[in-house]
Amino acid sequence: MMESQIYEMGDIDIAWCPGCGNFSILKILKLALSELGIKPEKLVLVSGIGQAAKIPHYFKTNFFNGLHGRAIPPATAIKAVNPDLAVIAESGDGDMYGEGGNHLINAIRRNPDITNIVHNNMVYGLTKGQASPTSQIGFKTPVQVKGVFLEPFNPLALAVALDASFVARAFSGDIEQTKDILIEAISHRGFALVDIFQPCVSFNKVNTHKWFKENTYYLNGSHDSSDRGNAFQKAIETEKLPLGIFYKNDKKSTFEENVGVYSKNKEPLALRKEERMKKLSNLIKSKR
Amino acid sequence: MNARRAQKKDEVSVVLCGEAGQGIQTVEKILAQCLKLSGFHVFATKEYMSRVRGGSNSTEIRISSKRVSALLDRMDLLIPFHKGALKHVEKRISADTIVLGKRNIIPEDFRLPEKNHIDIPFSKIASEIGGKIYVNIIAAGVVLGTVGVEQGFITNIIKEFFSKKSEDIIEKNIEAIKKGYEIGAELLNSGKVKFAISSSPKVKDENLLNGAEAVGLGALAGGCKFLSSYPMSPSTGVMVFLAQQMKDFDVVVEQAEDEISAINMAVGASYAGARSMVTTSGGGFALMIEGVSLAGMLETPVVIHIGQRPGPATGLPTRTEQADLELALYSGHGEFPRIVFAPGNIKDAFFLTQKAFNLADKFQIPVFVLTDQYLIDSFMNLPLLDASDTRVENYVIRTDKGYKRYELTKDGISPRGIPGFGEGLVGVDSDEHDEEAHITEDLVLRKKMVDKRLKKLDSIRREVVPPELVGSSDYRILITGWGSTYNVVREALRELGREDISFLHFNQVYPLYEGTRDYLKKAQKNIIIENNATSQLGKLIKLNTGMDIETKILKYNGLAFSVEEVVTEIKKILSKENT
Ligand SMILES: Cc1ncc(C[n+]2csc(CCOP(=O)(O)OP(=O)(O)O)c2C)c(N)n1
Ligand code: SF4
Ligand SMILES: [Mg+2]
Repeated sequence: MMESQIYEMGDIDIAWCPGCGNFSILKILKLALSELGIKPEKLVLVSGIGQAAKIPHYFKTNFFNGLHGRAIPPATAIKAVNPDLAVIAESGDGDMYGEGGNHLINAIRRNPDITNIVHNNMVYGLTKGQASPTSQIGFKTPVQVKGVFLEPFNPLALAVALDASFVARAFSGDIEQTKDILIEAISHRGFALVDIFQPCVSFNKVNTHKWFKENTYYLNGSHDSSDRGNAFQKAIETEKLPLGIFYKNDKKSTFEENVGVYSKNKEPLALRKEERMKKLSNLIKSKR
Repeated sequence: MNARRAQKKDEVSVVLCGEAGQGIQTVEKILAQCLKLSGFHVFATKEYMSRVRGGSNSTEIRISSKRVSALLDRMDLLIPFHKGALKHVEKRISADTIVLGKRNIIPEDFRLPEKNHIDIPFSKIASEIGGKIYVNIIAAGVVLGTVGVEQGFITNIIKEFFSKKSEDIIEKNIEAIKKGYEIGAELLNSGKVKFAISSSPKVKDENLLNGAEAVGLGALAGGCKFLSSYPMSPSTGVMVFLAQQMKDFDVVVEQAEDEISAINMAVGASYAGARSMVTTSGGGFALMIEGVSLAGMLETPVVIHIGQRPGPATGLPTRTEQADLELALYSGHGEFPRIVFAPGNIKDAFFLTQKAFNLADKFQIPVFVLTDQYLIDSFMNLPLLDASDTRVENYVIRTDKGYKRYELTKDGISPRGIPGFGEGLVGVDSDEHDEEAHITEDLVLRKKMVDKRLKKLDSIRREVVPPELVGSSDYRILITGWGSTYNVVREALRELGREDISFLHFNQVYPLYEGTRDYLKKAQKNIIIENNATSQLGKLIKLNTGMDIETKILKYNGLAFSVEEVVTEIKKILSKENT
């Protein structure tokens, strides 16, 4: 175990509002990574755009802060060309479930060995309070003036339906259990989705810290995370929202295992020096 | 076309025309291969509809004693596979065209005089062998017979071509091609066709490539390790080609869920140190545009191959156009440097794609390779590509502690590290950022960063591939063009035989070569030729040189220029000049 200090940036100006759940997630992630002993040089944090997506700027590590909705594609590719790196794709609910929804669906199918952390505040924070795909019915905003009437997006049900290899939900207000979930997710081989409930103090006055406390409960020890049907049942519960690891499938092969470049040679593709000239001239000669 | 030339004996233009699904492309491949291996120069190009069955498609195969590389209108031999064939190629029929096939399958209005028709009962012969499906192979045999290919090769090529099929089918195909060959040989011997095409042993050893393969080979030579794309005609060939090489080369080829993902993946792979590319066409590229801007901001290399086809929107999916130059040029919000190549032929498609990877890495920018359906789908023989001329230049450094990805330097190029290679940390950010890639709103720094990125253009300009001047440097008239029109215009000029006309061809369209104005100034008359409706290179030239090329030869019906057409257009311009 390393000190989580290793990820600290020192005295920096953080752009989040005081009291925002993002601070806890930042802290918890640093704790989880240090507990796992992942060095900053061996980690890449990939994010999109939004409040949540600013997280790499408060982290001493490698990072790729790309475009809104697009954390998953570069994260997938980075892992594919250098599997020695731990890769985390992290953004907000609008970014991952709205703008990047198609990438999430296909990342589950592709199953790269990356961790996908979603700060789910049920609102668009950075753009000042419009509805997000997870905003609840009736949620009023300056744009959704009569309240949201779209069925809220259910990321857990989607992931379980697609037989994602790891599906969990956590709450930023609970440091210990969220840390444990993140440790399991990051250690898991394959695509791991962790949706983290995160209060937005500025733009979501409905789903507050208190609301999350009152409307969630932890899956208990008897929950069998290898049972997909049961996981789906839990995922569609709305009365109270379950937290914990819903589903795990350890049997899936990863994207990196399937792309073929590592079947004989484990050296990361990105660092490999391949002697191509001879093969290439043979290939050219064969084109006659 | 009124510029039709008398039939030459040492060169023949064969056109096969049929419905999609009748195997014309199989015939094209077999013929090109047999002819080239027998030492004949060949050029094959096709125009086809966006459908899997039916319609009317045609392939032209030029067979010659000399190198051939461009589309002709002229048809010496026409083999119609369906009723609609003669109507489809009506405008290309001349007094010398000979039709091979059953005369009564052709609707009466389209029947040529008896002397232009050689009756061959393809269907009957095919049925005797085992079914209608052999018609196309018999036809291939006929063509090979009429030009006098050595019979020895043919059996082997058929065996290889159908190697995945059963013994019985292979045998029947061999029988079919032999039958056809006998018929063709008899036509030649009896003087019914008068071809005297000589073969050369040198040609046998040459490459036979289409544009897609050339781009793919160039990517491998450029060190490409990652390609992510979404299928779209006519660019898919490059993805297919590289996917076939995955077993021998260290390259990942991934079909992404959409073009947005494709380019974001490519930029991600590149950030991590794998040279990356995408291949797409205009409509797919439209979805990639955010990624171009991303690569510009992250200063992360990426090679973008656009196989152009006519737009707007879905346009004509399987046809050709040069109308996405401006799209490539101005794609991506914000201001950042880029390079746009437009190879004129198959050899250049190889070398420029290779070079694109080096330059993308050197300047940490997006580099475009603009081709089009005509270049991508045309096959020809050419001297073996010499990959030993190429080198994968390394521009990635091992980082030290305290490494700064966007260190401000004199020329704007910051040494590029990759994560996991060295002691340093490597960050990249699509927001405006400081030297360590952290988000900033320091507006003084913002200006410095814009200047840094744009400064790279100075170095890029020093490495511009100059245009090629075809013809005398002492010209009176200068024709300017870019990309795939190269061989067509060259041949048209040879045909015209006018010493006072030269051709200036741009292989790199952006940044535009500095001496462009000097070339244009020297001419008394400038003409621009482009496969589009608005003269996009013309506009770029005007922007860069202030010179407006008013005389334009433009084509935008979805087809490539033919040699005759270019000759005619130039003649028209010349005749106006004289009045
Ligand atoms: C292509 C594109 N569209 C829109 C935006 C504007 N935008 C930035 S963040 C954001 C939504 C943020 O919501 P979420 O992802 O939930 O993150 P949060 O700020 O709530 O953490 C939007 C719409 C953008 N940056 N890029
Ligand atoms: S807007 Fe909401 S999510 Fe963003 S920092 Fe403020 S409280 Fe947090
Ligand atoms: Mg949000």
